[in-house]
Amino acid sequence: MPTVGVKRDLLFKALGRTYTDEEFDELCFEFGLELDEITSEKEIISREQGDSKASGASDIILYKIDVPANRYDLLCLEGLVRGLKVFKNKLEAPRYRRVSPANGEPQRLIITKETAAVRPYAVAAVLRNITFTQERYDSFIELQEKLHQNICRKRSLVAIGTHDLDTISGPFTYTAKPPGDICFKPLNQTKEYTATQLMSLYKTDSHLRHYLHIIEDKPAYPVIYDSNGVVLSMPPIINGDHSKIALKTKNVFIECTATDLTKAKTVLDMMVTMFSEYCFFSALITWFKLSSEFINRKVGINESTEKIAQLLTRMCLLSQVTGVGDEIEVEIPPTRSDVIHACDIMEDAAMAYGFNNIPRTTPRTYTVANQFPLNKLTELLRQDLAAAGFTEALNFALCSQEDIADKLGKKIADTRAVHISNPKTAEFQVARTTLLPGLLKTVAANRKMPLPLKLFEISDVVLKDETKDVGARNSRRFCAVYYNKSPGFEVIHGLLDRTMQLLEVKSARGTGYHIQAADDSTFFPGRCAEIFVSGKSVGRLGVLHPDVINRFELTMPCSALEMDLEPFL
Amino acid sequence: MADTGVVETLLQRIEKVDDGVDSLEVASSLGVDHQVIVGAVKSLQALGDVISAELRSSKRWELTEEGTEIAEQGSHEARVFSSIPLEGLGQSELMKLSFGKIGFSKAMSNKWIRVDKAHEGGPRIFRTVEKIEDQVREKLLLVKKGDMTQLEEKEKNELKKRKLLSEVTVKSYWISKGNSFSTTVTKQEAELTPEMIANGSWKEKKFKPYNFEALGVAPDCGHLHPLMKVRTQFRQIFLEMGFTEMPTNNFIESSFWNFDSLFQPQQHPARDQHDTFFLSDPALAHEFPQDYLERVKKVHSEGGFGSQGYKYDWKIEEAQKNILRTHTTAVSARMLYKLAQQKFTPVKYFSIDRVFRNETLDATHLAEFHQIEGVVADYGLTLGDLMGILHQFFTKLGITKLRFKPAYNPYTEPSMEVFSYHEGLKKWVEVGNSGVFRPEMLLPMGLPEDVSVIAWGLSLERPTMIKYGINNIRELVGHKVNLQMVYDSPICRLDSKSVHQVGVL
Repeated sequence: MPTVGVKRDLLFKALGRTYTDEEFDELCFEFGLELDEITSEKEIISREQGDSKASGASDIILYKIDVPANRYDLLCLEGLVRGLKVFKNKLEAPRYRRVSPANGEPQRLIITKETAAVRPYAVAAVLRNITFTQERYDSFIELQEKLHQNICRKRSLVAIGTHDLDTISGPFTYTAKPPGDICFKPLNQTKEYTATQLMSLYKTDSHLRHYLHIIEDKPAYPVIYDSNGVVLSMPPIINGDHSKIALKTKNVFIECTATDLTKAKTVLDMMVTMFSEYCFFSALITWFKLSSEFINRKVGINESTEKIAQLLTRMCLLSQVTGVGDEIEVEIPPTRSDVIHACDIMEDAAMAYGFNNIPRTTPRTYTVANQFPLNKLTELLRQDLAAAGFTEALNFALCSQEDIADKLGKKIADTRAVHISNPKTAEFQVARTTLLPGLLKTVAANRKMPLPLKLFEISDVVLKDETKDVGARNSRRFCAVYYNKSPGFEVIHGLLDRTMQLLEVKSARGTGYHIQAADDSTFFPGRCAEIFVSGKSVGRLGVLHPDVINRFELTMPCSALEMDLEPFL
Repeated sequence: MADTGVVETLLQRIEKVDDGVDSLEVASSLGVDHQVIVGAVKSLQALGDVISAELRSSKRWELTEEGTEIAEQGSHEARVFSSIPLEGLGQSELMKLSFGKIGFSKAMSNKWIRVDKAHEGGPRIFRTVEKIEDQVREKLLLVKKGDMTQLEEKEKNELKKRKLLSEVTVKSYWISKGNSFSTTVTKQEAELTPEMIANGSWKEKKFKPYNFEALGVAPDCGHLHPLMKVRTQFRQIFLEMGFTEMPTNNFIESSFWNFDSLFQPQQHPARDQHDTFFLSDPALAHEFPQDYLERVKKVHSEGGFGSQGYKYDWKIEEAQKNILRTHTTAVSARMLYKLAQQKFTPVKYFSIDRVFRNETLDATHLAEFHQIEGVVADYGLTLGDLMGILHQFFTKLGITKLRFKPAYNPYTEPSMEVFSYHEGLKKWVEVGNSGVFRPEMLLPMGLPEDVSVIAWGLSLERPTMIKYGINNIRELVGHKVNLQMVYDSPICRLDSKSVHQVGVL
């Protein structure tokens, strides 16, 4: 969820009234925002860099407001104020129009086919007759940055360039060239560089180095020229210095280059509509027609068609009753790219009505509950295993390769484990294939507890399985360990007998269960047995191998049991 | 049992008096250590109500070691005086005596002696009075006799300052007859035995009383994990409300079911390497319901079902990527798809199981946690129905004050965050998320157009941490838990008002 920082007094001035912190918090809640923090520049610097650095900083009060991730129109002071004012009936929902320049000739951006291989889309617009103040200018720059970080996915999907139109002349050309052939003076530099030189220059730039990978390995880099060959920008990395905007800039040329055309259009609409109040200008509007009955039915209210049109208008969705039945025509301004279905309009009506004013009703849905049989078996068995004197442990499903292989004296290739491609640490390399390592780690972390330690866990492990659509499946396991000064094989064996009794399986070769000597590198030679139920192997029990005990940083003998539960369903 | 002789003597003493005796006095009159009498009192108390003993403490002045010496031999100054013969004594001679130094200055200030510094052979000391009165010694003798009344407070403090007296607290018992007083003591039995029951001898015996202040012996037992106890309760609540449990035993999921089927676009940040665990083996899922997949692709890239869609180039390669599921809603999607393949009947589903996030870890975030999810699908469900059912659900957790905040979620519209009023914190806290599944998710599955699906979710760990007062999630889940915490955790009643916590959420 993006956070927008605005100066409180500036915000109140724009809203036309002041609020207490509590009142503003309440307003945010109703509108689906969250007043996350009340702070100041001074406080932020002092917290992050210490008091000494903060001494000169401003102590103007800042509101940090959390904005829903799809409401790009609320990412700057201008949009926030517009949204809240319309919501509170203080302002009519704005209607955006495109206007032609005085000479009637629109600017043109020509896209060449070379861009297809690197960054195929570009859209552009001009904000004319804008009046910047320092605050507006800062907000304009900050909105670009917020859009870059959110919808633009760190410039990978869309990159925005803004230029002083009066320093350049159209038509503009968006093309792609080998890095050696691009040469210009980039923003805030004193001399010209080729694109190749720029890429190495920015390797150490704390801000720009994060974007280099987007085009770094491409044979040709995107670049925008004006009709005189002046470089406007090399998206998505840097603009040219020549066309940079300043406080005195009157006409702003905005270009968005992209790998996703829909998002490029959304971003351009945002840039333009948010700052249109400081100039005269325009855009495209889409229309939705829906019935008030739809909204009443989905929300669970009963309001007149006129009232619903009013509710929607308060959400900046200019709405009119058409007179055909209960039909409402809704104008979706370019600021509201999140509206893509009638249900989005329905939500806005519900918000304007106030979620907490909607009557809470009970659905009449009649159903009979069923437990998932495997979970039912697990729940019942857990109770009785605790009654048998064993304590339940709860361990992670993810672990290191070492845990399920080396430490147990096994090879990772023999485990059927699924592997994670992007673990941040070794703890998340694989999904566990056995519950035993988790229980042994729990024992190791509790060596100070009085002996014996008797633990169990019933949970899922994950195994590769070709027959499943995803190539893997869970397997429900029961595992128990007994840790004491003597191995206590008879204790674990007794727990197996008790478990079989609970599962109504008799001790009998062939028709019931039996155990028989087995070789397993996890266990001490001659102290391991395989568990068979109706002739099928379901697991093993035995005394752990001293090497295994050592690898888990334990010091006492330990016996263990692990078996599948699914055969008992 | 203490010395029987002492016990009997003590009982005889008590019998003779009307009110009672003081243990200190008894000790001094019998010439035994006070502790011996205390031992006798304790053993008599253990027999029941033979005697009544009241613990008393009093302050008493006692002579210090130096004070005792003075009481016996006189004060230092008096001893100086008496060691000076009529012809006087050389000062250096005097100073050799153990009491010389202190006694000299005191005797000087009392004007009992004088120094002739000009005397031939060095300074010499002479008596100035014929007779002295050693008041210090007399006062100390009074204290020793226990006769403090003649000493003034000022005098006591003076002696205390000279470290001759000290004030001590003395504990003694005031012993009087109990309700079943007797001068003869019968031996008490520790426990009832099978023999006593068989021959009836228990009727004549006296039994040692139990100490009900002590704790019992801890039973030898196993314990359930607190998080699982809370899970059992949540399961119970859903079952009471008629919800059927979903089969969530598939941690590995394809991006298709985890994201695409939920209308979550392929560029969504949740699908980043930073947020989701991807698999390298098996890297891809290989089987999808083909016609459904085509409809999902279309609704993302072109729209349809009344939607404009996201209008981007939807790629099967992204959908195939296997991941560790990031939410159990992936299973809900599978279940709703399955439901859509039959003649529609209303359903209520729930699940509580593990989900995985490749997030930055801290005191409240782990890479895996349990998600609780509830889903209702029926004709004509409203947003009001969702709020109503949430109200019923949370009431079962003991939470009745709820309010809802508009929120954003890619697969629900409307989306609402659920807040409850926390009586302890005196503020509204978020307790869950909820919403109505988008038509772009439901209609490609083939569900009837007038069916709505409402859903909500919350984590299992958070209410458990609050319920059991745990601040760090690693103390609750995983191998680093302290087993003592597991052993000691009480049963879980989510709606109980009797617990110390103020509500579970």
